[in-house]
Amino acid sequence: MEKYLLDYNWTVMAPELIIAGAAALLSIIDLLMKEKQDKRVLASLGFVAVLGALYFTVSRFGQQPYEILGDTYRIDDFGLVFKTLLLTGTALVLAVSLQEAKRKEITAQGEYYYLLLTALLGGMILTSSADLITLFVGLELLSISSYILAGIRKRRTDSNEAAWKYVVLGGVSSAFILYGMSFVYGLAGTTNLYTAQERMAEAMGNGMESFVYLSLFLMLFGFGFKVASAPFHMWVPDVYQGAPTPVTTFLAVVSKTAAFALMIRVILGGYLFLFNSRTAEGLELLTTALLVLAGLSMVIGNTVALRQFNNKRLMAYSSIAHAGYTLVPLATLGPMLFESTVYYLTAYLLMTLGAFTVIGIVERNAGTGDISAFAGLSRRSPLTAAAMTIFLISLSGIPVTAGFFGKFYILINAVATQHFWIAAIMLATTVVSYFYYFGIVRMMYFRPPVLEGKVKVPPASALVIAVAMIGTVVLGITPQWALEQLGEVNWAAALSPLNGGAPPAQ
Amino acid sequence: MDSLIKILPTWIAFSPLLGFFCLLWVPRNRSGWVKGVGMLSTLPPLLLSLFLYQRFDFASREVQFSHTFDWFHIPLPQGQTWSFSYSMGVDGLSMPLVVMTAVIATLAATASMYVKKRTKGYFLLFTLLEVGMLGVFMARNLLLFFLFFEVTLVATFFLIGIWGLVHREKAANQFLLYNGLGSAFMLIAFIGIMVLFQTLDFSRLQMVLNNPQTQMALASQPQFQTLIWGIFIALVIAFGIKLPIFPFHTWMLKVHAEAPPSVVMIHAGVLLKMGAYGLIRFGVELFPSQLREAAVVLAVLGLINILYGAVLAFVQQDLRRVLAYASVSHMGIILFGIASLNVEGLSGAVFQAVSHGFISALMFFFIGSLYERTRTTRIEELGGLARSMPVLSGVFLAGGLALLGLPGMSGFVAEFLAFLGLFQTQPILAACGAIGLILAAIYTLRAVLGTTFGPDRGTWSGPADIRTYEAAPMFILLALIVLVGVYPGVLGDPMQTTLQLIVSRIGG
Repeated sequence: MEKYLLDYNWTVMAPELIIAGAAALLSIIDLLMKEKQDKRVLASLGFVAVLGALYFTVSRFGQQPYEILGDTYRIDDFGLVFKTLLLTGTALVLAVSLQEAKRKEITAQGEYYYLLLTALLGGMILTSSADLITLFVGLELLSISSYILAGIRKRRTDSNEAAWKYVVLGGVSSAFILYGMSFVYGLAGTTNLYTAQERMAEAMGNGMESFVYLSLFLMLFGFGFKVASAPFHMWVPDVYQGAPTPVTTFLAVVSKTAAFALMIRVILGGYLFLFNSRTAEGLELLTTALLVLAGLSMVIGNTVALRQFNNKRLMAYSSIAHAGYTLVPLATLGPMLFESTVYYLTAYLLMTLGAFTVIGIVERNAGTGDISAFAGLSRRSPLTAAAMTIFLISLSGIPVTAGFFGKFYILINAVATQHFWIAAIMLATTVVSYFYYFGIVRMMYFRPPVLEGKVKVPPASALVIAVAMIGTVVLGITPQWALEQLGEVNWAAALSPLNGGAPPAQ
Repeated sequence: MDSLIKILPTWIAFSPLLGFFCLLWVPRNRSGWVKGVGMLSTLPPLLLSLFLYQRFDFASREVQFSHTFDWFHIPLPQGQTWSFSYSMGVDGLSMPLVVMTAVIATLAATASMYVKKRTKGYFLLFTLLEVGMLGVFMARNLLLFFLFFEVTLVATFFLIGIWGLVHREKAANQFLLYNGLGSAFMLIAFIGIMVLFQTLDFSRLQMVLNNPQTQMALASQPQFQTLIWGIFIALVIAFGIKLPIFPFHTWMLKVHAEAPPSVVMIHAGVLLKMGAYGLIRFGVELFPSQLREAAVVLAVLGLINILYGAVLAFVQQDLRRVLAYASVSHMGIILFGIASLNVEGLSGAVFQAVSHGFISALMFFFIGSLYERTRTTRIEELGGLARSMPVLSGVFLAGGLALLGLPGMSGFVAEFLAFLGLFQTQPILAACGAIGLILAAIYTLRAVLGTTFGPDRGTWSGPADIRTYEAAPMFILLALIVLVGVYPGVLGDPMQTTLQLIVSRIGG
């Protein structure tokens, strides 16, 4: 049966269309505006668009998975959950950016706003692709937008350095992913992830194991880079430090979440046969590789962070460590893989966003990115210091915060699948991480202030901090609501192809 | 009304929050108001816990005032769920500790008058700390226990790090790292329990573990045995760090030496006892057969604690460090009591926990008021205090006598019971441990005599002798110490039934 474009139910793509439309609209408005004009109206428009997309995303939950555009694009609960996270993260980043832009630090404001949206769009495509080509398009859209965003302060050398490193290393990682994908195509003769899975399973039986593994590991290299896990972490500290704080936040929160969605989708969707294969060998290999990534990230992230004295570098290594924690459920294939990963990513989103927002405010006030900028914050601005303490406590995984519960959830996976070593590494490195997270706490509470006067917190940032703080505490004390929502999500739909690829009768 | 009384433990645990929220509204610079509200905020838990003591049924074998609410569920793939409940309750083991905590918290709040800077932050953290401590002793769910435990950790970190002496940051860091490590062990043990037995509810766990079927299933599979041993060892390490057991004790010396006296009152008085409580609650009650096999090891560790602490207490030059090592030594006696695994020994352990709580609170109250006057706690710089501050020196002497275990005071009862228990099972180790009692007399008297007798070594500014608001709390503590010493039933009766039940379950 021939299908035409308009035969599809396009409403399922409403969120993506809204974001794409908004990005286009913003770029046109930006062209029409005068150079010196205040561009903050663009931010507000972008914010509204993101909220609109969020509304359509959330309202789609619980419906049958639907594939569109010749089965290349797939709307299922798995993608929707991740899209919700991405949209929430971007909305909060946009709110924080308002203040950053006011400082005239970012000269190309218009570009900044619509690049954030295109990056977001890339992330959204990434979470919903059922086809390697769409997937790669999404990935590159996200990556290229991020490269420019990292270097958007074009008069600053550190920003340029960040962008340069990010482009080169990011390009290499994309090449790895592409190369891996080419092997998949070579084995399966199709770019559709789910069809490829079936054909690769056959190929496994025909003595092509080595190519299957080759494709998988080539892609793993790339994924490792995108989620910022060791040993592919070299770019993280420099880029995080050089990029403007809201962009760093975006990279840490939105990019990472999208990359995890990609990783889970490809590994579980494309290589599902490894888990069912008669020989446990393939599974063993995959699990070991992922465990090594996770363990290395935790160890390197948490130990190198001990020697960092720049806030954003410290957070960069912390982000590497958190990538390690988040990998654990996937690596151990725990019974609560999806729920615990998403729970942790949610917790991570809230606490990291909050922490970066405070860091941005404090750095601007002190004029330095050193952790000494926090000296005596508790006296100058007790509420901000208290909020930051909660974020740091959550990052270090101490109750009663979302970070603790997320870690608890992840650990259950590791222990239930009898991977005691990774649980032990996770706990040991967590204790190590106390030292550097509490280093900032020490600065805030134990040291006298260097500067005088209160630290001014702009209203939008205050709102973001409040949202993040309430979220962090509520998810830590009463996880019930979030768990219920996660429990209702139809995760299994992400793993299997739709029946014959035909859209279900509406 | 009845339903309100039924959830009394919840009221007690969260009643300090009343003061917390009141404090938030007091302006920062009104130091007097802050201190007043801070001290008053410890009264609701005190009154409620005394009420609890009065309403407690000594003869009952059940957990009293227990109440359970749904907390959250983790859905599992096969349609099952893991339920976690908010569950509180008191039995004979926790009740004495709750009352002790409330009493010491109130007195420590009084001793907090010596705190000079940032009083508002101090009392805010103090109330949070009290919530954590009270919660730890009454939580009937392991995860809930862990949450309360961690609250005390964070609050104490700040209290040491901001209001301590010169090396406070180092002490706070060490405190955090050691206890963080302990918490990590505890968490992994709890998760192991969760995965093995599908519940973290204490009463359910007890049922499952004491079920002969489970026992058989466990015994038949060596793999489970290893897991259980792993969990047990992790728990012993977790609470061993808190107690502390010998190689893990360095952090607590620093805390004793650097933290403000009012915080040390809490720390030595209550926080260390959480280790003892945890060992009895989770070691003895949940894993009795493992504990029985490890009893010799525990007793040996106890012996090391007793002798090591006592010997080092003898050579210390600073009163705070003398008391710190004395604490190490006294915690060894708790280990003795636990290792004996009989009613006498376990009563001795709990007696020692409470008695040492009161004694160290008294001693550090004294240290606080002494430091206020002399600005030093080094023995060599003090001397002849009996002449300038006769009453204060008298209190110190009385405390010292309690510390060395003089009959008629609480320390004697505790040590007597603990040794009585251990002599039944490990006579040789107990006999060696008895040397510690002699050493205790030596180091205590050396410290007391060195400071109160002899020639005056300096002229001290400030008020000469004890003042009323210092005298009242000190005499209350002394009265309690003597009360427990003269009439041990006040403490022993409520816990007798529970301990008998525990021992009967062990089958020892």
